[in-house]
Amino acid sequence: MRFDSEYFNLGYLDTLSYKDTFIHRLDPRTKLLVTLIFIIFVVSNSKYEITKLIPFLIYPVFLLTSGNIPLRAVLKKILIISPFLIFIGIFNPIFDKRTIYMIIGIPISQGWISLFSIILKFILTVSSAILLIAVTSFPGICEALEKMKVPKILVIQLLFLYRYLFVLLEESLKIVRAREARSFGKRGKDIKTFTKILSVLLIRSLERAERIYQAMLSRGFKGEIHLLRKHSIGFNDIVFAASFLTIFYILKVYNIVNIFGEELKSIFF
Amino acid sequence: MSHHILEIKDLYFTYPDGTNALSGVSLKIFHGESVGITGANGMGKTTLLLNIGGHLLPTKGEISIGDITLSKKTRQDIRKKVGFVFQRTDDQLFMPSVYEDVAFGPINIGLSPDKVEERVKLSLEMVGCLHLINRPPHRLSEGQKRAVAIATVIAMNPDILIMDEPASNLDPRSRRQLINLLKGFEHTKIIASHDLDLILDVCERCIIIKDGKIVADGYTPNILSDKRLLEENSLELPLSIQGAYSHI
Repeated sequence: MRFDSEYFNLGYLDTLSYKDTFIHRLDPRTKLLVTLIFIIFVVSNSKYEITKLIPFLIYPVFLLTSGNIPLRAVLKKILIISPFLIFIGIFNPIFDKRTIYMIIGIPISQGWISLFSIILKFILTVSSAILLIAVTSFPGICEALEKMKVPKILVIQLLFLYRYLFVLLEESLKIVRAREARSFGKRGKDIKTFTKILSVLLIRSLERAERIYQAMLSRGFKGEIHLLRKHSIGFNDIVFAASFLTIFYILKVYNIVNIFGEELKSIFF
Repeated sequence: MSHHILEIKDLYFTYPDGTNALSGVSLKIFHGESVGITGANGMGKTTLLLNIGGHLLPTKGEISIGDITLSKKTRQDIRKKVGFVFQRTDDQLFMPSVYEDVAFGPINIGLSPDKVEERVKLSLEMVGCLHLINRPPHRLSEGQKRAVAIATVIAMNPDILIMDEPASNLDPRSRRQLINLLKGFEHTKIIASHDLDLILDVCERCIIIKDGKIVADGYTPNILSDKRLLEENSLELPLSIQGAYSHI
């Protein structure tokens, strides 16, 4: 069943974040900040930029290899979100038809270049965000957000989202299984039952929210949640941040691919 | 120590939809007593517990613990004395790690960080789960979740421990471990359950509730061997007693 495998997939990303590697041990703040700056650098490239973007792959690749994260897991996640990208970029080649290059007689329009640029930016930003969670863990990111003075109420919302995502999914999974067990093929799988299931799920969630709130109250909740502070910024964090920020800056200012190409040309011709 | 007496006087509770869940419950529970509450489904067990914990406020009647009488104002003070272990562990454990979950209550009481850590470790040790301290709750087994849920409550040093169906969804060994754990606690215990063998093992006093009223209250072995009384309340003789009779 599709739903089952998706559920275990989600849990998988969570499992990855409990590894213990150099990159997992860094302070979540460092990783969050560097990733944010990385995304800003990538997105700030011009609409038709391709060559400058490619070297930026160094950051996701570094997270992937040093965090010991399997490539397949990340690629799968990127694929799931990719339909959004199609909607954003699909019309570029149709509307923007000015030719800017001729490659062996085939005209390349600006539209195609910009579509390709969007794809690259998408892969870079989404993969680094996914990898950030895989090497930091979601509670870790929440801890970082809290330390960076993000409003507490928002951080708590995110924490609860994370904690109860699994519970909600498990509940949906049970309903889906129960439906499957009595729907014998087609019947009972129509949209009408689906909407009813959704409403039941909503009511159950509301009731659960009420129970959780009672459980919190019974342990003295007064609107404040104190998170554990597990990490602190150390030498490794400073080295990691400083080196990557320098690399991003160089990649943004100089077109490494072009420079490299010119060098090669001067050697061979 | 008289200040731990829980006294309920003529308690009535009606839900907003008009259901009369409790109609005239009166009882007194003394310090250190273990009381099992049982009865058929929908007879008011959980409602009674929620009232004692201050999660619902009585429609009529009075609940007092020591010298505090439950009201909207004293709810918070009552909750400090009452440790409530909810039926569903997923509702009880809401923080990202076991440590943070157990620390939640002690921090809210206002203990210093050192004291909090001490309490967390002590409580987890008491339930035999110290090795789970850094794990996320959603990765634990049901038995482990239950033990951790109990740790979150005893970390606040409550006078009274309230549990709603503590043995549900547990395998026999986890259930046995839980029973031994409960027997070891010196707190006043109020346990609502259909697991009559558990009540027989843990509680010396047993109360049966029917239609929001107490129909039996007494020494557990006496009540739980009264076949007619049990059958009137959709209950059966505990298996251990059935076994004892089959020998005769």
